[in-house]
Amino acid sequence: MQLARPRPGYAAVSRWFLAAALAGLLVADLHVTTLHPWADLARLLDGLARPDFPSVEGWSVVYTVAFAVLGVGLGAGSGLLLAIPFARSRTIRLACAGLRAVHELFWALLLMQVFGLSATTGMLAIALPYAGICAKVYAEIIEEADLAAIRVLPVGTGTVSAFLYARLPEVAGRMRDYTLYRLECGLRSSLVLGFIGLPTMGFYLESAFRQGRYAEAGALLLVFYALIGTRRLWIRGWTVPLLLAAAPLALPPAIGNAAISASLARFLGHDIVPTPLRGAALAEPETWARLWSWLRPILTDQILPGTIQTLILAQIALAATALGALVLFPLTAKRFAGPLGRPLGRVLLVVVRSTPEYMLAYVCLQLLGPSMLPAILALALHNAGIVAYLMGRHADAIPYRADAPRGLNLYAYETVPRLYGQFLAYLLYRWELILRESAIFGILGVTTLGFYVDAAISELRLDVAVVLIAATALVTVAVDALSRGLRRSLRIDTLPTRLSGPAPVAG
Amino acid sequence: MPAESRAEIVLENAAASYGGRTVLSGLDLTVRAGERVALMGRSGAGKSTLIGLIQAQAPEKVALVPQAAALVRTLSVFHNVYMGQLDRRSTLHNLRNLVRPAKADIAAVQRILDRVGLADTLWAKAGELSGGQQQRVSVARALYNGRPILVGDEPVSALDRQQGARILAELAQNHETLILALHDVALALAQTDRIVVLEAGRIVLDAPAQNLDPARLSPYYEAA
Repeated sequence: MQLARPRPGYAAVSRWFLAAALAGLLVADLHVTTLHPWADLARLLDGLARPDFPSVEGWSVVYTVAFAVLGVGLGAGSGLLLAIPFARSRTIRLACAGLRAVHELFWALLLMQVFGLSATTGMLAIALPYAGICAKVYAEIIEEADLAAIRVLPVGTGTVSAFLYARLPEVAGRMRDYTLYRLECGLRSSLVLGFIGLPTMGFYLESAFRQGRYAEAGALLLVFYALIGTRRLWIRGWTVPLLLAAAPLALPPAIGNAAISASLARFLGHDIVPTPLRGAALAEPETWARLWSWLRPILTDQILPGTIQTLILAQIALAATALGALVLFPLTAKRFAGPLGRPLGRVLLVVVRSTPEYMLAYVCLQLLGPSMLPAILALALHNAGIVAYLMGRHADAIPYRADAPRGLNLYAYETVPRLYGQFLAYLLYRWELILRESAIFGILGVTTLGFYVDAAISELRLDVAVVLIAATALVTVAVDALSRGLRRSLRIDTLPTRLSGPAPVAG
Repeated sequence: MPAESRAEIVLENAAASYGGRTVLSGLDLTVRAGERVALMGRSGAGKSTLIGLIQAQAPEKVALVPQAAALVRTLSVFHNVYMGQLDRRSTLHNLRNLVRPAKADIAAVQRILDRVGLADTLWAKAGELSGGQQQRVSVARALYNGRPILVGDEPVSALDRQQGARILAELAQNHETLILALHDVALALAQTDRIVVLEAGRIVLDAPAQNLDPARLSPYYEAA
């Protein structure tokens, strides 16, 4: 009866991932090295309970918003232009994959070498990866749009009229939703850029945490949550032009580095060129032998161990995300949480997912000391919050039969089995995002790829840093391809995976 | 006719509406234990709404076969049928059965599947079955549920007449009272003892099946 070759089922894939995570746990460093983690946590919570609002640097809030608005504006604008040839041009697709495979913090570390700690660095660090992401998503939105209306237009309808009547109305709403969602992500990215020195809220958060000024840190956090929580009030169709016009006026003055063209030339022509190739005769085999002996230790001592640690961290975090989401999603589902519990569950999950992973990881590291444990906690909390929120929406859309069971029976026999394909689609999609973050957490001291990138940059070996960042991008692209392949083979590749977008329909 | 037996379902002046549109109004219906009632009428006459009201009146006594088979497509046929008794087992036992089904439960579900002609699909995924097979799984879940009043909304619509008759006979043997929405006149006349016809949300005919024939019922099916 069945002619198709056997495919891995949901259960088999889940078991593989869980087994890989357990294997990862055996080799991961999970030590708590601080002496009083609970006392520090208590002081942090105390700071949140008694925030010191007057100490918040007002301009840092303005800069955070300005960087986000300009970065996302530039990124989304370029993304829209790139989306048009996206489906036809392989070159554009590869370029976009490269742009988005490099995390905004890595972009910032590189851009800083040219533009210093300036507004340009902050803006471009957001705009470059966001252009790659937006191009891909806009192209998908255009591709998925229902074009039936175009086919029934009278013959001879002009291109512009056809676009305005039959195509734009189909895609405009979804593009707008996605762009506004991206702006929320941009706010998080903008905050995190402060952790590496740009004058956004992250800069003040970092110094407040480091110096134990928890009341100030608490106030900054609450301001940030308020910013994200009220985004639907101040980010609207008609405020976007105002925000875009006001943002350039509010940017901070550049610090140092007046001669940008000279430093850009030096950066491209000298700094990132591998040392053995600088001024060498490229025709001589000797040069290439030297290049290999330069590259080999980078491969064996940095890329290989860094990649292994990055994959291990991502694997454990993914499994923890899965378990966390399964436990948390009933909090936001009607049938489980009830009319009183559900709003509270939603608030909890919105707070958890609004918190940037990098900042969570930073706080966890302050509390627990440098090991994989704080990184796992941060990734799992943030991503479980997102997946649980999305699953809760799907759970509410299920048309249960009139005599459906209740409680744990409903959960185990109806809800989870019905949502499991969707659940795997979300997790496999987030696998790549978790991996990107895992690599970045190296900057905080976990020995993933970012650890080696950060070290290379602080030693001013930018050629090594670029090789390491390229390796990180390749690993990200490989995991993305693997995730896509798995989703296709599980036949869940057409299910929604993005956080933005319309609420799920019954089915 | 067991007219003297106890009333299982009593609807008096029942009404229902969706978004301001009246679907049922002024409807009186009493169903006594042991009766086999067919609800008939054009689509849109209010059969499914009436089925919902009946189920809601005595949920603890009703085994339901909903209109859409309402199976969990990712679970096996065994698990879908076993769901008929989830409320009568401990949650711990139910969770265990998800991972490692108990022998006694497998045997019980297998016996039910034999009765609906699905003997060899015990471990197939419900989503991989044909429409007719899925409908029989839905019937098997109600049989396994075993509660005295079987309420079915077109429980055999995807089956041919012989198969449908066999399934209805199984239901009749298993449950004391049957209330079935049906559209096949011959099947209804052969397998039930009371015919209730709905039109525009009201009962327009309520008579013993033996007093009726297809010609008598045909006006209710001709194009309006």
